Amino acid sequence: MESMETKGVALVTGSGRGIGLACARELARRGFDVCLNCSSAVSLERTAGAAEAIAQEFGVRAHAVAADVSDADAAKAMVDEAVQTLGRLDVLVNNAGITRDGLIARMNPEDFDAVVDVNLNGTFNCCKAAAKVMMKQRSGRIINMSSVVGVAGNAGQVNYAASKAGVIGITKSLAKELARRSITVNAVAPGFISTDMTDALTEEQREAIAGRIGLGRFGEAEDVAALVGFLASPEAAYITGQVISVDGGLAI
Amino acid sequence: MATIDTVREVLVENLDLDPEAITEEATIESLGIDSLDMAELTCEIEERCDIDFGEPAGLATIGDIVAHIDSLQ
Repeated sequence: MESMETKGVALVTGSGRGIGLACARELARRGFDVCLNCSSAVSLERTAGAAEAIAQEFGVRAHAVAADVSDADAAKAMVDEAVQTLGRLDVLVNNAGITRDGLIARMNPEDFDAVVDVNLNGTFNCCKAAAKVMMKQRSGRIINMSSVVGVAGNAGQVNYAASKAGVIGITKSLAKELARRSITVNAVAPGFISTDMTDALTEEQREAIAGRIGLGRFGEAEDVAALVGFLASPEAAYITGQVISVDGGLAI
Repeated sequence: MATIDTVREVLVENLDLDPEAITEEATIESLGIDSLDMAELTCEIEERCDIDFGEPAGLATIGDIVAHIDSLQ
């Protein structure tokens, strides 16, 4: 539906489920038209369904695009489609990410590359495409999903940690590059959040992790989405180049 | 379209510059074009003219930019 009071347009990568979907919902709740993204045509139907539900619930326009962000051409095409369909691009949330955990002795180079391709190269590809649009607009918000693992490291996740630490590097450098165009770039570093990704942990692992979290429990996707919503809001206009943790006190 | 006109169009569209001020003799500095503006200009020119602009050194004037683009076509 056509909204006359839209706050702008937000594109959230990897938003078919989990933290990405929660971010898309929160941005829609705040009045943004939203473009959802999933990695392949296989999951497009479900993601399009999520977009339709968001449009109905929040009275905003919502669109879904299948694109593998690790493919630079696909990432650019996705940004172009979001702009063509929804008119502009005010917020990019780089959330698409994968894990392929394993101790380094048993991690093959393909597992390392696959995680870096999506999490780090994908963030670069989307930032590059979106920056071009936002530079012309002279405004924009880029919010990159890092991780507590990118800040503090985690045994069994050298690939994921490297990719998420890299995302922090992109965030800080791009914040410096784009500040003159009134574009802010920040990173969010979630701790352990209840999603499909952490559901893969065993009960024993979950209990051990929860014991290290100050608040004693896993977070919810909505806890992360609330921060993303704030970073996209006018109140966050003077915040850029920052890495903000949502981890229940895990990395204090 | 002459190259100078393409450059002028891109600069007016992207940087709100006065088209009258964009002459072959005008310096990049005098027009207030910074490094970010140059990157933006380069991307647009590459798309419109289907060239690889490269990383040329010593471009000081609009004329230098035009000559560089023409040398690539």
